[in-house]
Order: sequence, then C-alpha cells, then structure tokens
Amino acid sequence: MSQAAIAPELKPHSPDEPAVVFENVTIGFENKPVINNISFTVKPGETRILLGPAGVGKSVVLKMADGLLRPDSGRIFVFGEEVSAMPEEDLFALRARIGIVFQEGALFDSLTVRDNVGYRLTEEHLPDEEIDRRVIEALRFVELEHTVDKLPSQLSGGMRRRVAIARAIITKPDLLLYDSPTGGLDPITSTTIIELVMKQRDVYRTSSLLVTHRLQDAFVLASHRFNREANKMEPLPEGHSDPLTSFLVLNEGKLVFDGSTHDLVHSDDPFLKEYLT
Amino acid sequence: MAAIATLDRTAKKGVSAVQQYALISGRALGNLFHRPFYGADIITQADIIGVGSIPIVLLTGFFTGGVLALQSASTLAQFGAAAVTGQLVALSMIKELGPVLTSLMVSGRNASGMASELGSMMVTEQIDAMRALGTDPLKKLVMPRITATVVMLFFLTIISDAIGILGGAAISVFLLGQDGSQYFHTAYQSLRYADILQGLAKPLFFGLIISTIGCYYGMTTRGGTQGVGRSTTQAVVVSSVLIIASDFVISRFMIGLFGR
Repeated sequence: MSQAAIAPELKPHSPDEPAVVFENVTIGFENKPVINNISFTVKPGETRILLGPAGVGKSVVLKMADGLLRPDSGRIFVFGEEVSAMPEEDLFALRARIGIVFQEGALFDSLTVRDNVGYRLTEEHLPDEEIDRRVIEALRFVELEHTVDKLPSQLSGGMRRRVAIARAIITKPDLLLYDSPTGGLDPITSTTIIELVMKQRDVYRTSSLLVTHRLQDAFVLASHRFNREANKMEPLPEGHSDPLTSFLVLNEGKLVFDGSTHDLVHSDDPFLKEYLT
Repeated sequence: MAAIATLDRTAKKGVSAVQQYALISGRALGNLFHRPFYGADIITQADIIGVGSIPIVLLTGFFTGGVLALQSASTLAQFGAAAVTGQLVALSMIKELGPVLTSLMVSGRNASGMASELGSMMVTEQIDAMRALGTDPLKKLVMPRITATVVMLFFLTIISDAIGILGGAAISVFLLGQDGSQYFHTAYQSLRYADILQGLAKPLFFGLIISTIGCYYGMTTRGGTQGVGRSTTQAVVVSSVLIIASDFVISRFMIGLFGR
C-alpha cells in the first residue's frame, strides 16, 4: 500500500533513509535501568536480529520502536519521524506503516480470525468485499485460509502466531517488528514461522527488526533464502549468509554487538563466545 | 529514615495513581467529541451493562422496598402512623436506596467486569496490539463503557425506584393488610421535584465512578492473571466506597440547595 494512501499527513521519506534509528536510548522501570544508552540503525530492506538472554529488554526495544513505550532519554526515529517525541495521535498515523507481531500473537480473543486480520481495514471503513479479499490474501501467505471463521481459542499456538503475522502484513507495511515469533513453539512449528519471516524478507524486502533468544532460528534466517519457485526455504552455499541480515546482541541493558553474521560467529568477546555455545 | 523513604514512595505512588486516573478518564471523556465515534460499541456496552443488569436490579429493588415497608411499618405503628408507610418507602427509595443500591449492584457486576476484561487485554498485550494497529483504546474501549454506564445506570435507577415502591406496596397490602390506594396516595403526595432531581442526579455521578474506576484498574493492570484478580477486587472495593462517600457529599449538597 502506498504511503500516501495510508497516512497522508506523514512526510514522504527517501528510499535511502533508515527505517529505524536508535540514538543513545535509555529506559528504566521503577528506578531500575533496563536499556542503557543503546544506538543502532535498521536500513531499508534490512533484517536485524536482536539477540540476548531472556529478560534483557529485547521486547522493550521493539515496543519503543513502535512508540508503545517512550525512552527516558535518547531519540528514536522511524522513517525520519521522531517517535520518541510524537504525540499519540500522530503515532497512530505512523503505525499504519509498521506491522508488529507480538510475543504470544496478542490476537483479540473475542474476534474471529477474519476480524483480527482485517482489524485495521475495518477501522479504516473499507468495503466488506475488499476486506474479505485482502484477509484471504494475507491468510494465504501464512497458509491459513481455512481458519477465517475460527476464533483464536480454536487455533494452536503456532497457528495463532501465523494469524498474527497475517494481521501484521495485511497493509503491506514498510517495517515489520517481530517479538519472539517462535517463542514457546516446537521446533517444526518454529521452522514454519521462520520460513514465513524469510518469505516476507526475500519476497517483499520489508525492513524488519526481529527479537529472539533462540539462536537456531536466528542462524536459519541468516543462512537460508526463500525460493519463490519451490515455495520453500533453501540453504545458502556453504560459508555464505544473507547480506541484508545482520545481528544485534543485548546484554545487561547494553548493546554488546552490532554487525554481520560472519563477525558474530568469529567474535572474540567472551560473553558472545559463551552465549553462542 | 527508612520509614520516611517508604512514606515518600507511597505518597508519590498515590499522587501518580490519581494523576493517571484523571488522565485516563479525562482523555476518554474528551474522545466523546472526536472522530471516529464508536456508536456501535456504546450500544453493545449499553446492552451488556444496562440490559444485563436488569434482573439483579429488579430483585434488589423489589426486596429492598419490601423490607423497608416491613421494618418501617412496625415502628410507624407505635406512633399510630402506619398509614405513611408508602411515603417512607417512596422517599427512601427515590432519594437514597434506589440510586445507591442499584449503583452498588452494578458496581459489583460491571466495575469488576470492566477491570477483568481490560486487565486481561493488558496482560495479553491486546491493548498494545490495538494501539499498534492504529486504534486508541481509550476511544474504542473506555469511552463506550463510560457513556453506556452513565446512561444505563440512570434508567436502571428509575426501574429500581419503581420496583422498590411496588415491592413495598406488595408487602404493605398482602402481608401487613394495609390499604393499597392509601399507600400509593401517601407515596405520591409526599414527593417533590427536588426529591426526584436528587434521586436522578446521583446515578449520573455513580455511573461515572463505576466506569472510570473499573476502566482505570483494567487499563493499569500489571502482573499476569494475579494482577487481573487484584485489579478486579480493587475496582469493586474502590468504586463501592466512592459511591457511598460521594452519596453523602451529594446528599449534603442537595439538601443545602433544596432544603430537603
């Protein structure tokens, strides 16, 4: 969807402008620091995987990028707009260009899959026929067209996560934020979810920030590509990794690594070595 | 020193809670006049809060009126004034018991419902998801609940008053052997517009208290399912206490204004 069609009041951004910029961002809760002075950038079309031990504040970073939390200090820019200083009303317009997949899916449990996936379109008062068409299109991407009339409680954990992905991509956002999309899922379902993330990355080249603490998922994403003809993922040649996929590692509130897959696996940092093993 | 620090922390927490309550309520009410207007959500909430509360309001009103007639008739008979039972029941129901008991019942049913529903949405990130999808939860979830509660509590109170007077009549006539027309005559003759105004102004304030407290505790829920339980309990306790306390203040103000 075009930027003007979604949020006409937002200034247009250049294709080279970073999707996300964190500048010296700090946040704490109840006088306890959680994120301490971190800075990083997500360039257009780039997928950045945010790793770190559980409870280190990865989800907090993601929520700050969507303006759901405000930093105590520092600045956050999304498509050139300073989300850390925007009033909530303006953020609603900017969020039309951002899709987010929450940790447990966060589907509205009283709404059907159709109403969940088409929620944003319903709020924009689009005609029912167009909503139905686009909901089916989004559900087809995650291979769940048959669940359209079901309630979230009738779906498995993995299916809920896939519906959440469909809800996030239905407006074809320019930025996708994934909060542990494979957390708590079995390995086979996790691979299905990672394949969908990869499909979105390689087919639509959407900028994305993915939070996970599962190293295997992160490395599958970095070392595989999506084959459109075969409609499945396949490994890249030995020793190669996706050039637009790179890593960030958080530990004890600080960003301890920001670089490529190659740099990460060859790092001499004792924490990273221990974390990766 | 530790005691002072604890006191300081508690005071700051209290002030911050009041500030947050005022912000949530103010912004939600302000949204009533801004687009988009969630009319369908107001109707849905009016059905859940208003229509859904009718059975408990009918039962409470009927038995309150009945017990009022039962208790007062014996006392009034000692002064040879059993004939004014209707007057006592009507005035008590319309000025005090109708609004207060209806509000307490609605509070028990709906402040808890709002706190638990919104609280569950908070802890499962559905509120964050709603914000992320471009919808203001204060507009979509809180404003319809406040509007529906204020409007429906007004009508529920009228129903409760009427059923209470009828309940009193039923007891007076069938149990105490009083004359029915005399009951209704004294009930009607004693009423003044000031009494009705007082009885109908109260549910507007009480409706505001129930809905804003229920939504505030729901929207500030933290700490998983345990947090939802805590919010639900607090919403009922705080709204009930505030209803009774504000009833005193409103009554005093109205008596000062109308002289009765």
